[in-house]
Amino acid sequence: MAFFFEVVLGGLLAGVLYSLVALGFVLIFKASGVFNFAQGAMVLFAALTLVRLMGWVPFWIAFPITCAVMIVLAFIIERVVLRPLVNQEGIILFMATLGIAFFLEGFGQTIWGSDIYTLDLGIPKDPMFILESIFDGGLLVDKLDVFAAAVAGALVVGLALFFQKTKVGLALRAVADDHQAAQSIGVPLNYIWLVVWSAAGIVALVAGMVWGAKLGVQFSIALVALKALPVLILGGFTSVPGAIIGGLIIGMGEKISEVYLGPIIGGGIENWFAYVLALVFLLFRPQGLFGDKIIERV
Amino acid sequence: MLYRETGQYKTSYAADQAMFPILQDRIGIVLILIVAFIGVPLIATQYSYTGILIPFLILALAAIGLNILTGYCGQLSLGTGAFMAVGAYAAYNLVIRVPDMNILLAIFLGGGIAALFGVLFGLPSLRIKGFYLAVATLAAQFFVDWLFIRIKWFSNYAPNANAPDLTIFGVSFSSPLERYLFVLTIVCVMALIAKNLVRGRVGRAWMAVRDMDIAAEIIGIRLLHTKLLAFAVSSFYCGVAGALWAFVHLGAWEPLTFDINRSFQVLFMVIIGGLGSILGAFLGAAFIFAVPILINQIPATFGVPISTALAAHLEAMIFGALIIFFLITEPHGFARLWQIGKEKLRLWPFPH
Repeated sequence: MAFFFEVVLGGLLAGVLYSLVALGFVLIFKASGVFNFAQGAMVLFAALTLVRLMGWVPFWIAFPITCAVMIVLAFIIERVVLRPLVNQEGIILFMATLGIAFFLEGFGQTIWGSDIYTLDLGIPKDPMFILESIFDGGLLVDKLDVFAAAVAGALVVGLALFFQKTKVGLALRAVADDHQAAQSIGVPLNYIWLVVWSAAGIVALVAGMVWGAKLGVQFSIALVALKALPVLILGGFTSVPGAIIGGLIIGMGEKISEVYLGPIIGGGIENWFAYVLALVFLLFRPQGLFGDKIIERV
Repeated sequence: MLYRETGQYKTSYAADQAMFPILQDRIGIVLILIVAFIGVPLIATQYSYTGILIPFLILALAAIGLNILTGYCGQLSLGTGAFMAVGAYAAYNLVIRVPDMNILLAIFLGGGIAALFGVLFGLPSLRIKGFYLAVATLAAQFFVDWLFIRIKWFSNYAPNANAPDLTIFGVSFSSPLERYLFVLTIVCVMALIAKNLVRGRVGRAWMAVRDMDIAAEIIGIRLLHTKLLAFAVSSFYCGVAGALWAFVHLGAWEPLTFDINRSFQVLFMVIIGGLGSILGAFLGAAFIFAVPILINQIPATFGVPISTALAAHLEAMIFGALIIFFLITEPHGFARLWQIGKEKLRLWPFPH
């Protein structure tokens, strides 16, 4: 029984990491309706920038600089890519973000190099035991995963406060609700998009930090975006809580299937299991668990 | 002036419904076919067959397949690589397990099995729409990747599947030229069928579903039937393309040749070429396939020594920038550019 809970807990903590990446997708989709495939590349770019800057300056200087870089990046994307493509269909914008993804992956690795860098945030990586009083021998968890979960929790609280309590957050929600109506009451769309892409950039930076500390900063962390996609459709493209809950469900399902189903049908199923799990949920709720209900009129 | 259709009167229904109603188009098509079948073999080198022309044609075929699904029926799919893989492995298993199997038949049966697979993974499209569906098709992609890597039976317990000799009805297609002509013939015939399919009743039903599926349902188009047919036909094309890619282009292949990057490559071709256009599939395939090759050549031509890793990164950068550039200049792809060009050519070089 303790083993089962250990698996579940491990899955939940891994799921939090997926949620971190999915959050960036949700922010942008909510506000601009763009399915931003470049989120993974942004995670990679942010992590590379941070880790290389930390070679020269301590973390508390490197972090704000990287934030600034991500904001500049958001500004450039808004100016160069999104503004000329305003009012185009979703698929065209999706394609444009694929272009951005290619560009960023190439650009980041051209200027920062493509080796594997270790990102040391000063968090102990050794496993620890918790809940020893309840379970015999306690449950084994990774300290880094716990840290990541704490960071993700803080980030979500921060975002929720930002959305609910600030003036910009109010404008963001207005834009997410209805572009035209928001614009007609004087919300500057371009500025809002800049804010959203910056926020997504900073979320990417946090995700990059956590993933980088876990796996090392290397090209493969751009691929965590593919892990975040089932989370995204499960939770719904438009829901921040959905990204979190979706991440937890996917993480847990993946771990449980790997441990209990894996030996029966052969290993390595974690690559597709999450997608199939999400697909099953979608058959019952086509807009994801928490997504806005899709209303179609003729 | 070049494209003026003045004086070309249509006096019969057949002429009115012709696939290329304008004389200049017919001449152009015939010229292209002559160049492809006769002109190219006169000048092409060994490398240009195996390195450029054959893969280009096969990818164009896959792009036609995806275009039917995404461009005509409006169902965004990121699982093209999976459908190609199913076609390739099905054809392979048919050849090695069925005695005296005709290879041409095996290739098309492979496409047929891919079509069945496509229908299976197309079923969710009845409930799921838009980007949700796109992500759901990734399930097919990753499942197939896993299937062919983990279950060794499909590759006959060898790390690489090896294509059989291409001998069809006693004719051996072994030299690059013969292989090129073989692929070219199949691609031409299938492109012609696709072109006819999309302007007939089926194609119109697809387009109605693409434009608004609820409205299409109300005017009496069966959604289930239409969407699944699009998935089937699209997967058939992709499956045949996959079998050709494996048998004719590669010869020996591993599952990773049909991974998610292949899916994206074909999707790029369809979007850059132009959604909802058969011509666009060819133009997009030429662009997406040729540009990385050209970019690779640039540093060598100018004698700039750069490492392969850096070259790969620069290539990704330039490629990404080009995609964005083309989307901004013409979001509807090369096919639309060609349309605009034709409009201009009606008057050119005169001002009115």
